[in-house]
Amino acid sequence: MDVLPYLAAVWIFLVGCYGLATSRNLIHAVGCLGVCQSSTYVLLLAVGYRDGATAPVFADLRPGSRPVVDPVVQALALTDVVVGATVTALLLALVVQIAKRHGTVDPDELSELRG
Amino acid sequence: MNRLLPLLVAVPLCGAAVLVVLGRLVTRRVAEALGAFFAAATAALAVTLLTGPGPREEWVGGWRPHHGESVGIVLDGERTGVGLAALVSVLVVASLGFAWRYFEEPPHRQAGTFPALVLLFQAGMCGFCVTGDLFNAFVFFELMGVVAYALTGYRVEEARAVQGALTFGVLNSLAAYVALLGIGLLYARTGQLGMRQIGRALDRGGPPDALVLAAFVLVVTGMLVKAAAVPFHFWLPDAHAVAPSPVCMLLSGVMVELGVYGVWRLHTTVFAGPGGVPAEAVQRALVTLGVLTALAGALFCWLQRHIKRLLAFSTVAHTGLFLTGVGLSRTEGAGGVAVYVVAHAGVKAALFACAGILLDRFGSVDEYALRDRARHAPRFVGLLFALAALALAGLPPFGTSLGKSVIEESGGTALTVVLVGVSAVTGGAVLRVAGRVFFGLGPRQRRPEGENPADTTSGEDEHPETGRRLGRAPLTIQTVPALLLLGALLTGCVPAFYEAVARAPEGGPHLPPPVHWTSSGVVLGLLSTALALALAARAVLHPVAPGGRTWTGPLRRLQSGHIGDYVAWLLAGAALLTALTLPGTLTG
Repeated sequence: MDVLPYLAAVWIFLVGCYGLATSRNLIHAVGCLGVCQSSTYVLLLAVGYRDGATAPVFADLRPGSRPVVDPVVQALALTDVVVGATVTALLLALVVQIAKRHGTVDPDELSELRG
Repeated sequence: MNRLLPLLVAVPLCGAAVLVVLGRLVTRRVAEALGAFFAAATAALAVTLLTGPGPREEWVGGWRPHHGESVGIVLDGERTGVGLAALVSVLVVASLGFAWRYFEEPPHRQAGTFPALVLLFQAGMCGFCVTGDLFNAFVFFELMGVVAYALTGYRVEEARAVQGALTFGVLNSLAAYVALLGIGLLYARTGQLGMRQIGRALDRGGPPDALVLAAFVLVVTGMLVKAAAVPFHFWLPDAHAVAPSPVCMLLSGVMVELGVYGVWRLHTTVFAGPGGVPAEAVQRALVTLGVLTALAGALFCWLQRHIKRLLAFSTVAHTGLFLTGVGLSRTEGAGGVAVYVVAHAGVKAALFACAGILLDRFGSVDEYALRDRARHAPRFVGLLFALAALALAGLPPFGTSLGKSVIEESGGTALTVVLVGVSAVTGGAVLRVAGRVFFGLGPRQRRPEGENPADTTSGEDEHPETGRRLGRAPLTIQTVPALLLLGALLTGCVPAFYEAVARAPEGGPHLPPPVHWTSSGVVLGLLSTALALALAARAVLHPVAPGGRTWTGPLRRLQSGHIGDYVAWLLAGAALLTALTLPGTLTG
């Protein structure tokens, strides 16, 4: 149980990279980049997780009465999500432009920049 | 004084917001002036902070650590970071000056788009320079990245520009996520996010284990992608060749160097102590990758005919030299690297500005095509271009030459050969372009040099960024490269200035020793300049016969323009970095 989330994060990252490396469609490639990013969410949340702990909301909880999970990683993961949304939106916009200008979204057919 | 540190990020951000709001109401002239004002204000602030007194740590919002634990965000105003922020800001002002009424008329009611994006870029870069918090380094890494992708694809109607921007975006964002995985591991181990705090916590934990090594490889891989080290460099030529020239000035001049700065920062703060990665292992990794990068960059630079692509590969080569200098030692080489980076920023920005003028005048940045039109080439710009090429080759008393000589002294004979060779080849390639394109030297050559046309990128059929072709370049556009070149010259000529620059890398265990000209440095600088001139003269007068350079074909096909290939190279590079750092880390 202890190492499982970390192994899952590594697996998700590598699967995303595999998808990027073999992608035949740029929209699919941007999606794979999102998959790679998901691995960072899993890793961050795994870092902050504690067995038997609850959410770090002290509205109905006396501080110190029971263990809570690390709130910092949640803030990090949230920031990460925002960054990811921005990147994905921008990259998809670029893919739309590529589709318009090149008439294809297959990276194998984009041959303008070489050598 | 250090209370003003957050303003380095806040001022350009506010400027961008103001431009977005007012951009709908004001004319283009007002919007561009406002952009330049905010950029210049940030530059002035950075210079003020640089000359002001310490202590230089600032916990934003007063969230200081209690009993060594902290949830606050720390900004680190040491001279290196603030100095780089000053360099960034000055170059942004130069870029906005170059872009003054440069692009064709922007869309109606969006006069402020370009300056607003450049200000956001500046905020991201300044933030990356002064952050003392590793997670925020990731955020600023991505912020400057996202704006840089948008700026690269600014001319969305250009087929090549959007392709280059997408490659740039996918590779750099992937690099950021790789770095974030490493940051997560470091946080898991230490419970800290501040770089110095992580370093201290690692030292308390004893010698490094596999987790520390994994974190090192992941975070440094992220930075090396930004720094365009081989084999992570593939995105750079594709992006720099297609970005608008004022943006290229910033990308090549400072953004890539920020990747090197990131590596140096990690090396001197997070992984510096006994709990980090041993200095010998880091040195082995950085010098190997740096030399590899420098050689590959120089080779590919020589082979290009697309002028902006050629300049992009020369950036790769010089970044390799910076990495080597950083790897050599934490301090002695670092002072030289600082001088080199400042001077290189001026020279490279001037070169891209000149390439931009060519593009706008002729609608082409192809060496062969422009040879035929050399009679119409602007002479003053040609002079600047040739002078910048000589500076790139290491002609004293340019700052590039001084920085190079300092790295040579701390590096030994073998590295001196690499440094002289690489600066001679890159300088020679740019000189060759200058001779052919601006001064019409050598025979005309319509066919590319014996290469399969499918393997090369020609610079023909590009569209002028100004919308229409420039008859005579406006005064602002010609002044900016001249001033930048003057700055690079002064970096090497004014002792007070270069000594101050060389003292900037203060993160290491000792202050760097003072930097000064030596007779061997001057001789080596003259030697590399002479070599560059000889190479350029030979290339111009005796072009390679068709079919004469077949051995480069397989190499050039590596630069395939395919995102999937580049991602595979990134993973291979991370494996290589692991192999280079592993010996001596886990056993020692």
